[in-house]
Amino acid sequence: MRILVIEDDEQTAGYLRKGLKEAGHAVDWSKDGRDGLFMATNERYDLFIVDRMLPGIDGLSIVKVLRSENVRTPILILSALGQVDDRVRGLKSGADDYLSKPYAFSELTARVEALLRRTGGESVETRLSVADLELDLLKRTATRAGQPIELKPREFRLLEYLMRHEGQVVTRTMLLEGVWDYHFDPQTNVIDVHMSRLRQKIDKGFDKPLIQTVRGAGYTLRAE
Amino acid sequence: MRSRLLQSSTFRLSLLYTVIFAVSVFGPFAFIYDETVSSIDREINAAIDAETRGLMTDLERMGGAGLIDVVNERTADPADLDAIYFLADRDKRPLAGNLIEWPRNGVQEGRWYLFEIEAVEGGRETSHHIRSRIEVIPGPYFLLVGRDIHERDKVRNTVRRAVGWALALALGLGIPGGVLMSRRVLGRVDRIAETARQINEGDLSRRMDVGDSGDEFDRLSESLNAMLDRIDRLMTGMRTVSDSVAHDLRSPLTHLRNRIEQALREARDTDDYRKALRAALSDTDRVLTMFNALMTVARAEADMGRQEMERVDLGQVAAGVVELYEPLVEERGMEIAASIAPDAMVRGHRQLLAQAIANLVDNAIKYSPSGERIALTVAVEGAEIRLTVADSGPGIAADSREQALGRFVRLAGRETPGYGLGLSLVAAVAQLHRATLLLEDNTPGLRAVLVLTHA
Repeated sequence: MRILVIEDDEQTAGYLRKGLKEAGHAVDWSKDGRDGLFMATNERYDLFIVDRMLPGIDGLSIVKVLRSENVRTPILILSALGQVDDRVRGLKSGADDYLSKPYAFSELTARVEALLRRTGGESVETRLSVADLELDLLKRTATRAGQPIELKPREFRLLEYLMRHEGQVVTRTMLLEGVWDYHFDPQTNVIDVHMSRLRQKIDKGFDKPLIQTVRGAGYTLRAE
Repeated sequence: MRSRLLQSSTFRLSLLYTVIFAVSVFGPFAFIYDETVSSIDREINAAIDAETRGLMTDLERMGGAGLIDVVNERTADPADLDAIYFLADRDKRPLAGNLIEWPRNGVQEGRWYLFEIEAVEGGRETSHHIRSRIEVIPGPYFLLVGRDIHERDKVRNTVRRAVGWALALALGLGIPGGVLMSRRVLGRVDRIAETARQINEGDLSRRMDVGDSGDEFDRLSESLNAMLDRIDRLMTGMRTVSDSVAHDLRSPLTHLRNRIEQALREARDTDDYRKALRAALSDTDRVLTMFNALMTVARAEADMGRQEMERVDLGQVAAGVVELYEPLVEERGMEIAASIAPDAMVRGHRQLLAQAIANLVDNAIKYSPSGERIALTVAVEGAEIRLTVADSGPGIAADSREQALGRFVRLAGRETPGYGLGLSLVAAVAQLHRATLLLEDNTPGLRAVLVLTHA
């Protein structure tokens, strides 16, 4: 996948490029907002990673310009402005995700993968299935190997989120944001408890667990 | 000095005031004067014209000798000096009438001939103005018919004097009045400007004087004061943010630095280094978590985020938090009992409220012994909404409660992992929402109450 990084700090950009290249992506880099915008509009990319405070044109303006020109490529804003209100402003400008600096690289790659694999019209699906696990989005029911699984509404949404990100690493923060819409980190890690409950319900009694813990990163749901 | 006087609004305003005052006095008087004098003039003119027409008719009917008789008859009363008749021959020598000789010192104004005569009145010789009309009669004779306009002049002079006095009075009262009035008005503007100058020069605690009349100036001063208070709060907030962030991060950073230094000094193999790096990484994460929490607290304390507020159902927010923590509570062998009233609407920042409630629940879990019960209630009480999180842990002693709201406070007997920022965030969020945070005794345990205004 081709990724354009618009970031003025060389060290940050270098770290980012190295990591993304190791993950198998082709990475272009622009130091300057104006050049970055030019590259973004003239070449095809699968993802833009944009810093907010840039020389030339600031990141939010770049996002707004791209969206107003109907460029639908996913955009991840990477910014030192990390307060809730900053995030909201970033997402409102048209970005798809917002990650505040400094960040763990695992968090970044998880979000990058999620954005790259995002399929445009996910709303049309009415059924999700991974291996023998099936989710009926209309009836709000779940079955594994044909056996019904009782899920609370939030557990259902948690499972839906995991299944939509099948095979990808999903971080705890992504879950908090995507499932609970909370943009802060609770003092205690409450997500792990929710995950272990969900695991109990869908993996207990089956040979092959579908939910796996990814050390130092989060979780992934996949069929082997 | 002169230019300052001209520049001053006091001067200009009083001048303007006086001019307006003078014009408004002078205008009606001028009208009355003009109307009175010209009406008298019209009457005099009409009388002269009528008289002349009558004499001309007499002349046609009775001829020259008859006219002389008529004139003599009309001037028979020596006391009647108002009407002037004079008939003269071609050399302007008198034939009849009440003038001794043909007036030669007069001036012609349109069809009117104006002149002066000396008359003896009550033994005194006075000068009278006469307006007259002269007809040349075939013969030829000269006929002069006139009227003494002495009375008219008297009226005119009376009115003029009256106008003069009125104007003098108007100016005499108007100028000082104007000066006084504009002084009063502009003096207050000056005082506001002077206060503003002092504030500008660095005395940020100065405020505008507010009288008790509640007039425009008081309202202006009040608005300015409110603005200054807000600026002051924001500035203090910003200062607190930078001060406290700098201060609070120093110790964890020192800790991190020590760890790295120690590793460089003591580590022998890659395994030691790896261990040290991993520890340093988790130290860094701790610093970052603290930093984020600090920023949130500081921003809320500085009143930032008020523009993101919306109508929020506090009950729903609380229910969401309860649902988030329920598995954890159960895992710890505890129970959380939520009693949430419907329609607990407040104006609030959804994320910050959720975070504050989460911190209260988090604290309650941390400090409650296993098997205990945490109670969360949202109640609507008239204009207030009370959110209560109660535990039955060790609680906080009455004299430490104030202190517990400060940053990095970890009270004795409450030594569990944490950064000591939980309650200070709740306090900051309460402040941001103009809410009251009460820490009460739950006998045993702590009861934290957040009192918000019903929206």
